[in-house]
Amino acid sequence: MLKKVLSVALVLTLVITTFAGCGSKAPAGETGPIKIGSIMPISGPVSAYGTQSRDAIIMAVDEINAAGGILGRQVEAIVEDDEANPEKTKSAFTKLVTDDGVIGIVGALTSKCSLAITADAQARKIIMISPSSTNDTVTDAGDYIFRSCYNDSFQGQVVASFAYKDLKAIKAAILFDNTNDYSKGLTQTFKAKFEELGGTVVSEESYATGDMDFNAQLTKIKGTAPDVLFIPDYYNTVSLIAKQVKSQGLTSTMLGADGWDEIANNAGDEVVGSYYSNHYSPDANDPEVKAFVAKYTELFGVAPNALAALAYDATYILTDAIAKAGSTDPEAIKTAMMETNKKFVTGQISFDAKRNPIKSAVMVELVKGTEPNKPAVKYAATVNP
Amino acid sequence: MEFIQQMINGISLGSIYALLALGYTMVYGIVKLLNFAHGDILMLGAYAGFFILTFMGVTPASMLVAFIFSMTICAILGIVIERTCYKPLRTSPRIAALITAIGVSTLIENGARVIPFMGPNPKQFPTFTSINYDVFGINISMVQIVVLGVSIILMVLLNYIVNGTKMGKSMRATSYDMDAAFLMGINVNKVISFTFAIGAALGAAGGILYATAYPQVQPYMGLMPGLKAFVAAVLGGIGSIPGAMLGGFILGVAETLTKGFISSKLADGVAFGILILILVVKPAGLFGKNTNEKV
Repeated sequence: MLKKVLSVALVLTLVITTFAGCGSKAPAGETGPIKIGSIMPISGPVSAYGTQSRDAIIMAVDEINAAGGILGRQVEAIVEDDEANPEKTKSAFTKLVTDDGVIGIVGALTSKCSLAITADAQARKIIMISPSSTNDTVTDAGDYIFRSCYNDSFQGQVVASFAYKDLKAIKAAILFDNTNDYSKGLTQTFKAKFEELGGTVVSEESYATGDMDFNAQLTKIKGTAPDVLFIPDYYNTVSLIAKQVKSQGLTSTMLGADGWDEIANNAGDEVVGSYYSNHYSPDANDPEVKAFVAKYTELFGVAPNALAALAYDATYILTDAIAKAGSTDPEAIKTAMMETNKKFVTGQISFDAKRNPIKSAVMVELVKGTEPNKPAVKYAATVNP
Repeated sequence: MEFIQQMINGISLGSIYALLALGYTMVYGIVKLLNFAHGDILMLGAYAGFFILTFMGVTPASMLVAFIFSMTICAILGIVIERTCYKPLRTSPRIAALITAIGVSTLIENGARVIPFMGPNPKQFPTFTSINYDVFGINISMVQIVVLGVSIILMVLLNYIVNGTKMGKSMRATSYDMDAAFLMGINVNKVISFTFAIGAALGAAGGILYATAYPQVQPYMGLMPGLKAFVAAVLGGIGSIPGAMLGGFILGVAETLTKGFISSKLADGVAFGILILILVVKPAGLFGKNTNEKV
């Protein structure tokens, strides 16, 4: 009997707490701040991107609030850490949507993480704008998924044509992460464009995320004597590969994509002479860029990387759309997002039918810095779509 | 030519596995415990080296200081871990000690994530500028020479300690029969602590070498090399010192040759495939029966 009483009591407690949980969850109502969620890798292998992007988002939100907010309400940004791990992105998404009741999400940062939540965001009608997930398939999930960066089809082509036309390379080798959507996507588009232009990809080697030893692959690549070696991965892995490239005595010019952003702070002189594509160059002579760089540097003490600029833009694209829609209705915001056509920090942005922005890319070169083993970044070329 | 080059890559990688496998095998030989926290000792050793090299800059002298400092710190840590976590469980079922070892491993990894000066983010490990030597068309880098050289010196030193000193004799006796050794007046607790200290010091040296070859330190860096070293120890016959050395080299070469001539996707598969194969075909490992060599 006592058991029965206890179990009934337990069930009752559970039921009550469940409903209590529901009650406290503020629905996207008409009062209080407008909540925007963000999922960023603030710790872990690409934390330099996550922390800078988070700072840029908070800076944008503070600016908007200082100017009176949107729809007469303040904006609140809630940032979650996913450590660049798709599993954690999923739980962060659930937390932001069900507990915090956000109406839109700026994130996730890496393609792998974004892909883990696009289907859910579409199903729940949460406007999602990834600042920097360049993998082509990220926006495929549906019309609620946007991004503020160009995609890998474009980026791979930019690097390939730069290699063939500007560097006069004929033989290219690729070393890529076989378990990463970003790396695989870039490999395909680079290869297709490079071969279309008339070059040959002489060697295509792969590894898995977390691998530390690339000597075997590099020995194989060295045997094919490529002019350029394309390494489409993030800065931390690239800095490991670059050191082994040099110790294997491989002299090909190394090429990379926007995942190389921050490499100058994370590698030594072994990367000097390499090129990579990026979203903007902080030394560009442009009023929006100058204002952004000056303010960010003043607030946080470091120059913003490209991903910070993209996150800043993504926040503005989303809040502009909410303001234009005149309500927090997801349908209306989505329609307003599609009408975006304005100059932002990373350039003039409007969306194509697949919600990819139409914008230009820059190629930058790594040059010797003022101190040894502290390479610097130099603007090399702009490539338009 | 490419084959010889790949062999050199493999031997260089294998020597680090061998150093780590020695730690596994020695501890197992004495207390029959698979010390799964051994890979994390590698990580702590690498971090200790990282601090020394960051403060002192990278010179041969500072490298030596880094090795001594990191090996000392880790030897002490090894003793502390043994005294606090494993000693109370010495008479309990072996599975309890094994689970404790996994717990210690998780504790160290996640502890390192929250300690402010270590933190969750990868850091660049300071290394000397790489110099390459061309020997009959084969490329050998300074890093590979250092890794191989230091490993061999440490293995020779270990061999001397085990076979040429009184402590080594006590270790062999304890390994052979702990109770009998105790009755013969050997301080078994001291011997076990000493074994953990030596194992951890080798792990620390392996950590610095690993970080020199792959210059990045982060809290989970010991996970994969730890597992590979475990495979190497089993391959060589767990409990056997020459077995662990040979196992390490075989594993390093097998992994590199798979990457170089078959497919890089299969490298880890081959490494762990070897483990399964050994367990099926010769569960005692290559040197498993040679009880006289057991430590």
